[in-house]
Amino acid sequence: MTEPRANTAMSSIPAIQVNQLHKSFGDNEVLTGIDFHVDQGEVVCVIGPSGSGKSTLLRCVNRLEEPTKGTIVVEGVDITDKETDLDRVRTRIGMVFQQFNLFPHLNVLDNLTLAQRRAKKRSKKEAREVAMKNLTKVGLEHKADAFPAQLSGGQQQRVAIARALSMDPDMMLFDEPTSALDPELVGDVLEVMKQLALEGMTMMVVTHEMGFAREVGDRVVFMDGGVVVEQGKPEDVLGNPQHERTISFLSKVL
Amino acid sequence: MKPTTRQRLFRGVLYLIFVIALVAVVMVADWDAIQTNFLDLDVVTEAFPAIILTAAKNTIVYTLIAFVGGLILGLILALMKLSPVAPYRWVSTIYIETFRGLPAILVIFGFAFAVPIAFSWNPPGGSTGAGLLGLIMVSAAYIAETIRAGIQAVPKGQVEAARSLGMRPSWTLFSVVLPQAFRIITPPLTNELVIIIKDTSLLFVAGMALLDRDLTTFARDLSSQTANSTPLILAALMYLIITLPLTQLVAKLERHNQRGR
Ligand SMILES: Nc1ncnc2c1ncn2[C@@H]1O[C@H](COP(=O)(O)OP(=O)(O)OP(=O)(O)O)[C@@H](O)[C@H]1O
Ligand SMILES: [Mg+2]
Repeated sequence: MTEPRANTAMSSIPAIQVNQLHKSFGDNEVLTGIDFHVDQGEVVCVIGPSGSGKSTLLRCVNRLEEPTKGTIVVEGVDITDKETDLDRVRTRIGMVFQQFNLFPHLNVLDNLTLAQRRAKKRSKKEAREVAMKNLTKVGLEHKADAFPAQLSGGQQQRVAIARALSMDPDMMLFDEPTSALDPELVGDVLEVMKQLALEGMTMMVVTHEMGFAREVGDRVVFMDGGVVVEQGKPEDVLGNPQHERTISFLSKVL
Repeated sequence: MKPTTRQRLFRGVLYLIFVIALVAVVMVADWDAIQTNFLDLDVVTEAFPAIILTAAKNTIVYTLIAFVGGLILGLILALMKLSPVAPYRWVSTIYIETFRGLPAILVIFGFAFAVPIAFSWNPPGGSTGAGLLGLIMVSAAYIAETIRAGIQAVPKGQVEAARSLGMRPSWTLFSVVLPQAFRIITPPLTNELVIIIKDTSLLFVAGMALLDRDLTTFARDLSSQTANSTPLILAALMYLIITLPLTQLVAKLERHNQRGR
């Protein structure tokens, strides 16, 4: 551990606390009463079959998806409250997408500085320094002038991680960050994420990488049919699952 | 017969037809009449330099005004059409359907005569200015649809990425969505621009002062004055001189932008 997060004063409040969350798309109720939390500095891996609502839950946490019912409290702030300044909350929650979603018209450096300058009101110089620091962290400082289309998928995803980190977030959400990558590029991205975890970053990771969940996760949450079915230490949930649906899911993916 | 031989034969026939057609046209045409009517050097000398300094210049100025005006109004209409507020969408839809459904010449005519009366206001540029207003209104309707399509072609993930970084909707629109949308619609926008260049020739219905005449109007006037068609040929060449470099430039820009995709 290089630098564990020193928020002892806040460590009693969970980073993310979700209570009885419901989410429907039209008649389709995708989340049916989720209770879920992530502690400060904790790495929680969310697994489950396709369509079980993992992405929806993750996207509700920074309100890319509007919850139908229930509350979501991020570092003590109820983000389902109408009064909450969402844009402000979002600068504290980094998000990494399956499809990277880099801005194709901007080079790597501008991808990393744009939101810093707009949302954090940082000077050009400061934003550049932060950007270069994070590019170095993901091993891509030599790609600062490249455009996203000139990078491999793995490099793009590492840039996307660096872009999220450049906002100095308190926590990071990952939605299947390696699912769109060629197998030989997955390792580099997972390595960066592992490093982040070791530095004490609070992380919520939707993933199909059971090896990563086992090695890096502090807790594994298994979702199915819009509810949390089972959760616990990775070795317990993955090694000795209790619930029938967990057993059946794991027998298919392991 | 081998396929390659047949192909070569086929191509040879195509060339032959082309040459025969060319020879036929050249032989049938009355070259003396063409020379006197369309390439009269005296008329050419008379046309210059006004055809460049006044007519071509006016056409370019009108085009720029109509295009920039159409872009601004078109952008506003496109944003209204995508607005979550229903009345904005209605207004925009009605506007676009109306002005796309009317002949440009009718709108120009209408604006040139109706605006000064209806608003007791003389637009700058007199009746030409009022006519230009009409041309802006028509262009905006087409450009609005183009811009809307461009905005919708930007992947949803781009907006989500920007918003997840804490960027406000307006910043997201101007720094992330619109730059990408305009890259996507560069080809159709070039089309609109070329159409506007040609549509400036409709402005004559507004009634123009001599110095306000565009290329076509200037050429028609000179043509009837001299009872000779040479000015029309000159005007045609001018239009091509204006549009060809423009389309080349856009093609070059497009190649340049590929880098960012
Ligand atoms: N925007 C949307 N509109 C309508 N239905 C949606 C929308 N987003 C998700 N859904 C539906 O919600 C359900 C859960 O989707 P979600 O993406 O959360 O699943 P997931 O667990 O992430 O699956 P996967 O592993 O395939 O990514 C699916 O049935 C999906 O069709
Ligand atoms: Mg998903």
